[in-house]
Amino acid sequence: MRNPNEIVAESLAAIQGAADLPALEQVKAACLGKSGQLTELLKSLGAMPAEERKAAGARINEAKQAVEAALKNRRDILQQAELDRQLAAETLDVTLPGRGLGTGGLHPVSKTLARIQALFRSIGFEVATGPEVETDFYNFTALNIPEDHPARAMHDTFYLADGNLLRTHTSPVQVRYMQSHQPPLRIIAPGRVYRCDSDVTHTPMFHQVEGLWVDETVSFADLKGVLADFMRNFFERDDLPVRFRPSFFPFTEPSAEMDIGCVMCGGEGCRVCSHTGWLEVLGCGMVHPNVFRHVGIDSERFVGFAFGLGVERLAMLRYGVDDLRLFFENDLRFLKQFN
Amino acid sequence: MQFPESWLRSLVNPALDTAALAHAITMAGLEVEALAPAAAPFTNVVVAEILSAEKHPDADRLRVCQVDVGEGAPVTIVCGAPNAAAGLKVPCARPGAQLPGIEIKIARVRGVESFGMLCSTKELGLDGAADGLMVLPDDAPVGEDFRAWLNLDDTLVTLKLTPNRADCLSLTGLAREIGAITGADVRLPQIVDVAPGIGDTVMVQVAAPDACPRYLARVVRGIDAQAPTPRWMAERLERSGIRPLLAPVDITNYVLLELGQPMHAFALSRLHGGIEVRRARAGEKLELLNGETAELAPDMLVIADANGPVALAGIMGGQPSSVESVTVDVMLEAAFFAPAAIAGRARRLGLATDSSHRFERGVDFGATRQAMERATQLLIDVCGGQPGPVTEAVAELPRRDPITLRLARLARVAGVELDAGRVADGLAALGAQVEPHADRLVVTPPSFRFDLAIEEDLIEEAVRLFGYDNIPAQPPAAPSFMLPQDETRLADDVLRRTLADLDYQEVVTYSFVDPAWETALDAAARPLPLANPLAGHLSAMRTTLWGGLIETLRHNLNRQQARVRIFEFGRVYAAIDVQPLKVGGLALGDVLPEQWGATARHVDFFDVKGDLERLCGSALDTRRGDHPALHPGQCAEVWLDGRAVGWLGVLHPRLVQTFDLPSAPVLFELDGEAVARRVLPRYASLSRFPQVRRDLAFVLDVQVAAGELLGVLRHAAPAQVRAIEVFDDYRGKGLERNQKSLAIRIVMQDTQRTLTDRDVEDAVQLLVDAAQRQCGARLRA
Repeated sequence: MRNPNEIVAESLAAIQGAADLPALEQVKAACLGKSGQLTELLKSLGAMPAEERKAAGARINEAKQAVEAALKNRRDILQQAELDRQLAAETLDVTLPGRGLGTGGLHPVSKTLARIQALFRSIGFEVATGPEVETDFYNFTALNIPEDHPARAMHDTFYLADGNLLRTHTSPVQVRYMQSHQPPLRIIAPGRVYRCDSDVTHTPMFHQVEGLWVDETVSFADLKGVLADFMRNFFERDDLPVRFRPSFFPFTEPSAEMDIGCVMCGGEGCRVCSHTGWLEVLGCGMVHPNVFRHVGIDSERFVGFAFGLGVERLAMLRYGVDDLRLFFENDLRFLKQFN
Repeated sequence: MQFPESWLRSLVNPALDTAALAHAITMAGLEVEALAPAAAPFTNVVVAEILSAEKHPDADRLRVCQVDVGEGAPVTIVCGAPNAAAGLKVPCARPGAQLPGIEIKIARVRGVESFGMLCSTKELGLDGAADGLMVLPDDAPVGEDFRAWLNLDDTLVTLKLTPNRADCLSLTGLAREIGAITGADVRLPQIVDVAPGIGDTVMVQVAAPDACPRYLARVVRGIDAQAPTPRWMAERLERSGIRPLLAPVDITNYVLLELGQPMHAFALSRLHGGIEVRRARAGEKLELLNGETAELAPDMLVIADANGPVALAGIMGGQPSSVESVTVDVMLEAAFFAPAAIAGRARRLGLATDSSHRFERGVDFGATRQAMERATQLLIDVCGGQPGPVTEAVAELPRRDPITLRLARLARVAGVELDAGRVADGLAALGAQVEPHADRLVVTPPSFRFDLAIEEDLIEEAVRLFGYDNIPAQPPAAPSFMLPQDETRLADDVLRRTLADLDYQEVVTYSFVDPAWETALDAAARPLPLANPLAGHLSAMRTTLWGGLIETLRHNLNRQQARVRIFEFGRVYAAIDVQPLKVGGLALGDVLPEQWGATARHVDFFDVKGDLERLCGSALDTRRGDHPALHPGQCAEVWLDGRAVGWLGVLHPRLVQTFDLPSAPVLFELDGEAVARRVLPRYASLSRFPQVRRDLAFVLDVQVAAGELLGVLRHAAPAQVRAIEVFDDYRGKGLERNQKSLAIRIVMQDTQRTLTDRDVEDAVQLLVDAAQRQCGARLRA
């Protein structure tokens, strides 16, 4: 009988020398396969005398275990190497950009409108809308602006050939809403408005948000509270200074203009605030009894406040846009900055 | 309205500096729009007299002047101004003076030592251009500080007044207001009646007493119209933005600014017969002071003489009767024209005058006489002459009825209790008569306030005087109700966000467009035209979003953006009651942004259709249709929920040319409401049994639309069929030229049992038969 140790030594050398798994399998077959060397030795045990057989068997088994252990060891190494090779081959340049569609985005005016609506909805204002081509009645008369009132001159109205007009503010929505709903009411009305005016700081179309709150106990102090709350949340500045100046709108009384501390310079004075430290951001006031009369609401029982703010103005201040006209040129390089 | 601060302070002088005063005025509702110095800053300039001016020994253009600067001995100053001459009084900058941009030092000019500089208006920053020294009047006091003498340390105040505060369109009115705000004493000019020196009058007849409830006229004879306007008056006019012209005219302008009463002076010799205040007659014309001839309408009020209109009442005088330098006799007019009789007329004539601005808003009808007396006094003081008696025609003046201000109502609207005594005092300071009661004030407004008629008007005044800033800002307390959330109608923002996520950029384009776009896109379009458009390309209301989208596409293509995917959410306009919300979009260029590892391909009809399916949350029902703006073979009418809701297609090649585009964009426009509709999900039980898939290839005529075949199959399908979808459209080799092969996937499943082969074969046969019968389709071999 061949010395199993010799076979083990040869096999171990062959295992060590196997460069890949198939070569290793060949070594295994040559040693442990059907007619492998150790298998042959085992087969030859039967021909041995019984007293030698046991010891010889034990030695062969030891040899087999040694070879199997070496095989497993080598197999693990080769498998690991194979895996490493595969992984190396599959390595990506993870710094390459991702694929697929790009991202579109919302117009900054839409973003601003959404923000305004979300803030007012959070305290229970519903969104109402109304027509942009309007009648003289809803745009002016019902809002206490009779024919030839000097306030009409401030509006620079676009008229249609049929005598209707493009609404100059979102206030007509107030009237339409109050005609069809009973107080208490709490609405905002966002939308496009039009003025016959075009220069560096005016576009003939822009956006407003009208607000209206009518109830039995609504006061000027509430108006101030809601609007100050809104501005501070819109600009995310708890310490934003606000002030209210008396003003005039035919459909509110008392009327006020609201200023906020300049968000560009922090009130130090800059070009945006004309070096006053203040920015005029909206007009507001208590609903005029004549407006209530036009819609059949009892002004003794109900009080209301209303406000109208310019959306582009807020968008410009929020995002630092310095030219109003950019909003309507729709240059993708501009619009994509807000995505 | 603009005026110099010094004028205001001569009437009311609160202990506030300029900035504090401006703030106080602004916070009282009279917005200070601008504060500007009357003159650029400079120092150490005095009034001087040139005693002699000799040619410089070494320079032809220079003169060596001996100048009296009020210090005894004259000083030597070298001067290059062409008009430097002995006897002239001029401003002189002394050594050490700071002028705009330069500092004056003792300097040697071509060998002669010069002790200062004689100045032009330009060098002092008073004027942009000058061709020589500023020549001062003979009475200018030599040696006096130039700034002090001309009162140049003054501030020009510009107010932005709201239309309700006509009473503040004068210095007197402002002074009264500021007195009420600050508590400072108000000292108005004393006006006394001027005794007539002659008996001459002009007969006045008011034929329209509703429009002209008060008319005062006075003859003044023998004036010197060329008399110089006093410097103080000219200065106040100039600093109020009114150029001094001729003394009588300057005086009427001065009274307008001082008292708020527009006045007019007629050349008496140009008036024929008496004066009549009446409405214009059809066809009447009047040559106005501005040189233009106005066509008068019957609702316009005129001052007429025997020959016709001589002035447009309350708006502008006529040229023929205007005062000129040779005028010696005048008729002064001071009237109250009712706001309703003036309002709007000037604007219709393209005019906006200081007079119409005030009459439209309301002029104090209680001070007409005062204005007449004031103007008369100033006129005879400046121009001499003899006044006649005042002729006055009075009809029914506006009423000032008492208004009740309930203190409880005031507190309820303001949201805070206001002290009744202080409210009463404040209203009284504004000129109202106030009668206090325990729970209310009864207030009669003054004649100069046209904005106080109801209780709210008084509430506003009370709150305004209390100070808006003194009202607390309080978060309102209100019952909390949740807002409705309609789950079957997506919010506009969700739709916007969906399109943005599909790589479309939102745009906002003008609602008015070039009508040529509209008719190019649809010859039958009848866009609503604007009566007063800003420009031709903004003159009609859009009937589709496509015009603005294509224009935006062009704008961006011109800026090297080769891939444009945009959408707009907005209305189109057909009539007052038809202004539907639309969502429209456009895609041009590569379907994907340029990127590695993906083959570039242009966006096509089906890419955009897929986007719309994702937007609408369901498969779109698209039907062949004809839209004039779209390629006839690549155009579909979009149906949702059994209703046609819009269009999808490729721009017609003709329009690609019209709009000068490099290739054809894919366009869509859908009804915004329909797109937002969703069905509330309803659970259906899941099957535990296996599903079976069969793929069928149908050969059919190319004219038969896939949608048609799908419709037939879905209609014919038994209940176990869960889905029928197209997964390939093949044309070419192996088929006739007019044939195509549609590969259809059929998925079947039963909720109660496993389907047998027989079940499946029967269902397939049913579908194949239906396809053959109704679409002429056969199974591909």
